[in-house]
Amino acid sequence: MTAADKPFDGPVLEVDDLRVSFPSEDGRVTAVRGLGYAVSPGEVLGIVGESGSGKSVSSLAVMGLLPDSARVTGSIRFQGRELLGLGDAELSRLRGRRVSMVFQDPLSALTPVYTVGDQIAEALLAHGRGRVSKQQAANRAVELLDLVGIPNARERAKAFPHEFSGGMRQRAVIAIAIANDPDLIIADEPTTALDVTVQAQVLEVLKTAQEVTGAGIVIITHDLGVVAGFADRLMVMYAGRAVETGQVDEVYTRPRMPYTLGLLGSIPRLDAAEKQPLVPIEGQPPSLTDLPPGCPFAPRCPMVVDACLTEEPPLSLVGAVGAGEEHRAACIRSADIAERDPAAAEVFGVATIGEPAIAAVPRAEREVVLSVEDLVKSFPVTKGTVFRRRVGEVRAVDGISFDIRAGETLGLVGESGCGKTTTLMEILGLDKLMGGRISVLGEPTDRLDKARRKAIRRDLQVVFQDPQASLDPRMPISDVLAEPMQVHGFSAARIAERVPALLDLVGLRREHGSRYPAEFSGGQRQRIGIARALALRPRLIVLDEPVSALDVSIQAGVINLLDELKAELGLSYLFVAHDLSVVRHIADRVAVMYLGKIVEIGEVDRVFAAPEHPYTQALLSAIPIPDPAKERVRERIILTGDLPSPADPPTGCRFHTRCFVYAAMPEDRRSVCVDTEPALNGSGDHSSACHFARSREVV
Amino acid sequence: MTVTDDGAATASPVDPTPVTERTPSRGKLVLRRFLRRKSALFGLVVVVLLYAVAFSYPLFSPWDYAVPDYLAFLTPPDGSHWFGTTKIGEDVFAQVMRGLQKSLTIGLLVGLLSTSLAAVVGAVAGYFGGWVDRVLMWLVDLLLVLPSFLIIAVASPAFKGESWLIFVVLLAGFSWMITARIVRGMTLTLREREYVKAARFMGQSPLRVIAKHIVPNMASLLIIDATITVGAAVLAETGLSFFGFGVQPPDVSLGTLIASGTESAITYPWLFYFPAGFLVVFVLAVNLFGDGLRDALDPSAAGSRKREKKIDKGERA
Repeated sequence: MTAADKPFDGPVLEVDDLRVSFPSEDGRVTAVRGLGYAVSPGEVLGIVGESGSGKSVSSLAVMGLLPDSARVTGSIRFQGRELLGLGDAELSRLRGRRVSMVFQDPLSALTPVYTVGDQIAEALLAHGRGRVSKQQAANRAVELLDLVGIPNARERAKAFPHEFSGGMRQRAVIAIAIANDPDLIIADEPTTALDVTVQAQVLEVLKTAQEVTGAGIVIITHDLGVVAGFADRLMVMYAGRAVETGQVDEVYTRPRMPYTLGLLGSIPRLDAAEKQPLVPIEGQPPSLTDLPPGCPFAPRCPMVVDACLTEEPPLSLVGAVGAGEEHRAACIRSADIAERDPAAAEVFGVATIGEPAIAAVPRAEREVVLSVEDLVKSFPVTKGTVFRRRVGEVRAVDGISFDIRAGETLGLVGESGCGKTTTLMEILGLDKLMGGRISVLGEPTDRLDKARRKAIRRDLQVVFQDPQASLDPRMPISDVLAEPMQVHGFSAARIAERVPALLDLVGLRREHGSRYPAEFSGGQRQRIGIARALALRPRLIVLDEPVSALDVSIQAGVINLLDELKAELGLSYLFVAHDLSVVRHIADRVAVMYLGKIVEIGEVDRVFAAPEHPYTQALLSAIPIPDPAKERVRERIILTGDLPSPADPPTGCRFHTRCFVYAAMPEDRRSVCVDTEPALNGSGDHSSACHFARSREVV
Repeated sequence: MTVTDDGAATASPVDPTPVTERTPSRGKLVLRRFLRRKSALFGLVVVVLLYAVAFSYPLFSPWDYAVPDYLAFLTPPDGSHWFGTTKIGEDVFAQVMRGLQKSLTIGLLVGLLSTSLAAVVGAVAGYFGGWVDRVLMWLVDLLLVLPSFLIIAVASPAFKGESWLIFVVLLAGFSWMITARIVRGMTLTLREREYVKAARFMGQSPLRVIAKHIVPNMASLLIIDATITVGAAVLAETGLSFFGFGVQPPDVSLGTLIASGTESAITYPWLFYFPAGFLVVFVLAVNLFGDGLRDALDPSAAGSRKREKKIDKGERA
């Protein structure tokens, strides 16, 4: 045992006055400006902030993984040993053994040409050369895969990364991270790229990893919901500095900085029964090249006073709980906040959004805008290159039916691969169908001639998921907005009049019309996408995960905008999402899809309050609630395994392979699940497809 | 309405452009960005000047390209023969200018034609897929496999005595295939982009989608390809002249001048360096122009943007 291996009492990691800057064309960008924190063994520290707040850069600095051009000053002590100034070779001995990292994108974190088992073994061999034999390493790799919950680990260790699903890859990455029993694990947005159900699984695995290794964990995220039940302490970062730190419960229940308040208010909550407006934090983080004096949050802060603009407030004590646990915030008005303890919506001045006029009309009397009946879409699976032959088919959508009425929002939810997007594309295609019927505004799509199809396109618009990809990078915004109108033969004068009006409508400035998409932030680009969809005054807008690529604080603004537009223009939405809390916020009705079938459909409040299908229950329980107290006592239903291949769906009820109700039942009662496919049935506007439907409260 | 414009207002606190009366369309914006590039304008001016000089030379040069001066064989450049003379006494300046007349047009037209053909065929094949794709790619592969000079040699009797402009068609006809394949590949990826889907779902016709979304997004590749083809076409044309049609002695082109001057590049350098120099100037000017056009079309090119502070720098960190 070397000196460094001696057990050390005290914090595993201490960061003090850390400053990181990068050279850029416009001068030095100071990404981290005097950051300090400590992590004790076995403690979980959550670092939260928007993109660009310096949270990732600070942890890369700890790992010594910043590019050479970065200038790092301050102090980073790992178990009392200063890391800054250590050479790469010395750091390499620590990295992967004592400190390990879990990255955001599990696909690029694994090498595609080696098996997963080999990559885990490599982590062991790299640090234990001579002491660990290849055979031992391979065996240990299997144990580790088993530990992170990969079924059939011995076989799966021989698989390549592409044969793993996203969630399994992230587990493998965690297995590599804990292979050498580290003292510190840094997880940089470990669940952002994953589905909600998988996110819950991965957080669970991280928890197990922490229990097994006893390591301190730093978890970086932009979503306050994710860390609520997982972190012990929280640090909120803004513009390269910590603006609020404290124990998780303290910060969530008594935020003392308007930014934290806004972040908390921006999360759509699963446990909020009545509709509350979300709190968007308008604007963008400041440029870090030359910050003006004063609080960097001041330009976006609703509570700003003159004193905020003169000097940056230090991180000062706002309350102490228990032994040595301090709650600090960097805001000169934190005393005011403490005194009034206002709600986020109040501070940020968000008004409640009204209901559309048509909502007063009973649903049955409203016009049916879209109806889908027994929609089927399958893709052939072929084999061979020279002689292609059909070996089977993937039934991506297998007989689904729903309808949307005027002024209504239907949320379509499910994991990736369940057929949501295929359904959308079938509706938008307005083409001949493989099976079933789609009617838009009462017109069946399979008998349309060219002119009618074009006319329907006018009333049916789409907003895509990825704001980067949905706008042509070579088109100025005014052309982007004009395009649909040109297609539908608007006069030039009318287009010129309507483009600025559209920009106003979605909260952009008129002169933005002459700019290119690359000059806008993600949230603004999504607004442009919405403006384009509104250009033709459609009746129905299809939204394909419109907010899942955005930061939470930006997401809130876009959701509010959609809400307002609906109330004002009487639109109907088909809203596809995998995030149920967003759906609860925006939708009137919800349909849950699993492997090409709708398993539960109904009015949003009824489905969320008393979900009947086990899959809906599992989905709902996987959504984190931004409330540490609630989150800790919540019983989480963790689904085992991944979505089965749609090319070979399970017989009977498609969910039975992952169903916890099925698993808990005695053998003789199970047979009905395996043999017969359950039909959708229920009362009123709530039905589910389960033989053993039983409502259960999970929120 | 409670939609605020805060989000927009704070987006660019450093660039308070005054509100323009009407937002300019893409065409106007590209033109404005192009005009901002001094080097691109310079390239354009050089090409125009070359044309002007090439066609107006008889006005100020005493010599004709085809009439030899029997008193001066292989004289180096002097006051009377500015670029010297050839071994039978033809004035090199007059010949270079005469050659330039054709080569400028051949180069530019071939560059334009072959790249347009490549863009259209590649984009159509990639966008429509299916049998359209198969037929077009079969044609491309066929043309790539067949040696083009062989076909020209076989076909050349048919073209004998035709205008030299037939060159342009032949040269363009044999230089677009590889680019078309690249374009097809890029189209296959562009086709799946959401903005292309969005255009399709708003009812835009396929050919318009190609013209408005697919081709502009490959502009960088196409422009670079066209500028390279311009230079290559001028030189390739000598190879075609070998088959005996088009530019025939005593008529000259820049290509034939360079080809015949190569052997005496060291002994009688003026025979080689003057035509070669003009080719270099021409190709350079076209390149500058192409660069400017590319940057004007590409919104991410920093040079064409008005000087403004970048605000997204911090975000990257």
